[in-house]
Amino acid sequence: MENRQEQSYYYRFSPGKRLLHGMLFSSFLGLALTGLTLRFGSAGWASAFAHGVGGLGAILFFHKAFGVLLTAAFLVHVGNILRLVFVQKRFGMLWGPESLVPQPRDVVQLGAHFRWFLGLGPKPKFDRYAYWEKFDYWAVFWGMAIIGLSGYSMWFAQPVARLLPGSWFNVALLLHGDEALLAVWFIFTIHFFNTHLRPGSFPMDTVIFTGRQTRKELEEKHPAEYERLLAQGSLEGLRAEQPQRWFVVAGKVVGFAAIATGFVLLLLTLFSFRQ
Amino acid sequence: MSVAVLVLASVSWAEGSGSLSSSDCLACHGEAGFKDSKGHSASVDPKVFSTSVHSALGCQACHSDVTEFPHKLPVKTVACAGCHASADSDFQVSVHHLVMKDPSSPACLNCHGDPHAVVSVHDSRSPVYALNLPRTCGTCHGNPRLAREYGLPNVYSLYIDSIHGFALTRDGLLVAATCTSCHGAHKILAPNNPHSPVSRKNIPATCGACHAGIEAKYFRGAHGKGLRAGNSEVPVCTSCHTAHSIVSVRTASFQLKTTSRCGSCHSARAATYQDTFHGQVTALGFVVTARCWNCHRAHEILPASDPESSIAPANLQKTCGQCHENVSKGFVSYDPHANPRDSTHYPGLYYTARFMNFLMLAVFTFFGLHTILWFLRSLVERRKDGRSGEEVASK
Repeated sequence: MENRQEQSYYYRFSPGKRLLHGMLFSSFLGLALTGLTLRFGSAGWASAFAHGVGGLGAILFFHKAFGVLLTAAFLVHVGNILRLVFVQKRFGMLWGPESLVPQPRDVVQLGAHFRWFLGLGPKPKFDRYAYWEKFDYWAVFWGMAIIGLSGYSMWFAQPVARLLPGSWFNVALLLHGDEALLAVWFIFTIHFFNTHLRPGSFPMDTVIFTGRQTRKELEEKHPAEYERLLAQGSLEGLRAEQPQRWFVVAGKVVGFAAIATGFVLLLLTLFSFRQ
Repeated sequence: MSVAVLVLASVSWAEGSGSLSSSDCLACHGEAGFKDSKGHSASVDPKVFSTSVHSALGCQACHSDVTEFPHKLPVKTVACAGCHASADSDFQVSVHHLVMKDPSSPACLNCHGDPHAVVSVHDSRSPVYALNLPRTCGTCHGNPRLAREYGLPNVYSLYIDSIHGFALTRDGLLVAATCTSCHGAHKILAPNNPHSPVSRKNIPATCGACHAGIEAKYFRGAHGKGLRAGNSEVPVCTSCHTAHSIVSVRTASFQLKTTSRCGSCHSARAATYQDTFHGQVTALGFVVTARCWNCHRAHEILPASDPESSIAPANLQKTCGQCHENVSKGFVSYDPHANPRDSTHYPGLYYTARFMNFLMLAVFTFFGLHTILWFLRSLVERRKDGRSGEEVASK
C-alpha cells in the first residue's frame, strides 16, 4: 500500500498553464536571443548571429513576432484570471494558500528558510506556491509590463511621440535593455537553480511539462499543500496517470534545450558585458 | 614656351655649327648591339629615336661635346637641366634629390626612361603617362625590399586597390587622381613640409582641385573653419578617407568605419551613440540606421547653434525625416546622444539608470546569497540522509 502510494501521481499544472508556460519560455528565449544580439551588437557572436539568421530585418521581425506571442500569452493569462475571479468567483486566487499573491506567511517562511539554510531551524512547510515561486511569477509580471510598454512604444514611436516627449525613448531603450538583461540573467541563473538544478530537483523538474508530480514530490516540495489536500479529502481528485515515457522524455528534451540555450546566452552576455 | 625657344635655339645652333647630323651618329649607334670599349650598350634604335620628342633636336643638342668623328672618349654625361631648367630646379628641392643623396636615388631617367625614346607625357607609351604613372612610381614605392631598406612608404598596392586606382586601371579614366595629382611631379616634398601639396593644411585644396564642390562644403563646415583658423587638430580629407586606400563612400565597409573615425576625436559622443538603437545596429554591421554624418552631414558639419546646421532645432524634422516617416516635433525631441551618467542634462534617464542598477544589484545580491546558502544546505542534508539526499520538510 505504502509502495503504491509512492508511485502515484497528482496534477499540479493544467494543460492550459503548461501551454502558457511553453509560449512564455519559447518566446522569452526568442526575444532574448534576438534582443541580446542588438544589445551586444559589437560582440562577434552577435554580428555573426545577426548575419546568419538573415540580417537586421530578420532579427527585428523575429523579435517583434516573439513579442506579440508573449503578449498574447500574457493577455490570455490575465483574461483567464479575470474570468476565474469575477465569473467563477474563485476568490481563493486572490488570497489564501492557493494564491500567488504575496502574503505575510511568505515573509515568515523566507526568514525560516534562511534559518534552515544556516542550520538554525526546521525547513518551512511550503504550500502550493513558495515565496520564491511567487517572486518568479511577479518578476515576470513586472518585467513584461516594463519591457512590453517600452518595447511597444519604440515599435510605434511616431504615434507615441505625439503623446510623450522624445526623452521617453531614451528612457524606454534603457529600461527595455536593462530589465531584459535582469530577466535573462535571473531566469538563467536563479530560476534554473531554484526550480531545476538544486540538489532537490536536479537535473530537472518536469512538472511544468507533464503537469504531474509524484506523491513524494508533492510531500517534499509542497508539504502544507499536501497536508491541506489530505485533510480536505480532495487529494484523490487530483490523481493522475503516470505520464507516459515519451511524454517525460519529450519534456526533458525541450527543457534541456531551453536550459542549454539559456546557459549559452548567459555566458555570451556575461563575457560581452561592459558597463 | 621656354622649352620651345630652347628647342629652336638648339636646332639653329646645331645647323649653324654644321658639324654632325643625327644620321651621321646613327650610322654607328643605330646598329643593334653597338657597344663601347667597356662593353656598355651604346646603341640607339633609329625608329624609336625618330618618334621621340628629342629627335628633332639632333644628337648634338644633348651630346654637345661630340663635335667630330670619331669622337673622343669618354663622352660627358648629359645634364637634362641644360634644357629643362625649371624641372631641374624643382627636382633639386624634392625629397627624391634631398633625402637620398646617394647615387642610387632617382633622377630624371628613373621615371622618364631612355632619353632617346622620351615621348610626350600625353603619349600612352610614356612611363609618366597617367595610366602608366602608378606602375612607374611603384617600381620603388611598391617594392617590399626597397620599402624595408629605405623606409619608403609601400603605397602602390594601397593606391591600386583604391577608388582612384580602380578609376585609372579598370575604367581607364585620365582624370583619375594618380601619384602626381596630389604629390606633384618634380617638386615632391615631404608631407611635413608646409609647402607640400599633401601637407595637412594644403590637403583640402589638393583634393579640391578635383573635388571642388566638396572642398567648398568642407570649408563652410566646422572642420574647414577650424583649419582656416590654424587649428591643426581638425580632420582634413585624409583623416576620414585615408590618403591611398580611399574607397567609395557608398560601400558598407567604409560607412561602418566612419563612426569610429569620428569617435576617435568625439569619443564622448561616440559612446552615447553606441547606447542608442542607431549605434547598436551599426555595431552589428548594418548600415540601415543613422551614423554620424547622416545627421551631422559629412563635410558641411555645423554646430546646432548655427541655423544653417542640419541639427539646428528648426531643421531636425527634415534631418530625421530622411529615414523616419511622419516626424513630429515630439519625435525629434529625442536625444540621440543622451548620457545616462549625466544627471544635470538627463535627470530622467540618469535616475532610471541608477534605479535599474540598484534593482540588478539588489536582486542578485539577495538571490545570489539565497542560492548559495540553499545549495550548501542541500549538500549538508544530502550527506546527512545518505544516498536519497532529499530535503524532507520537518513534521
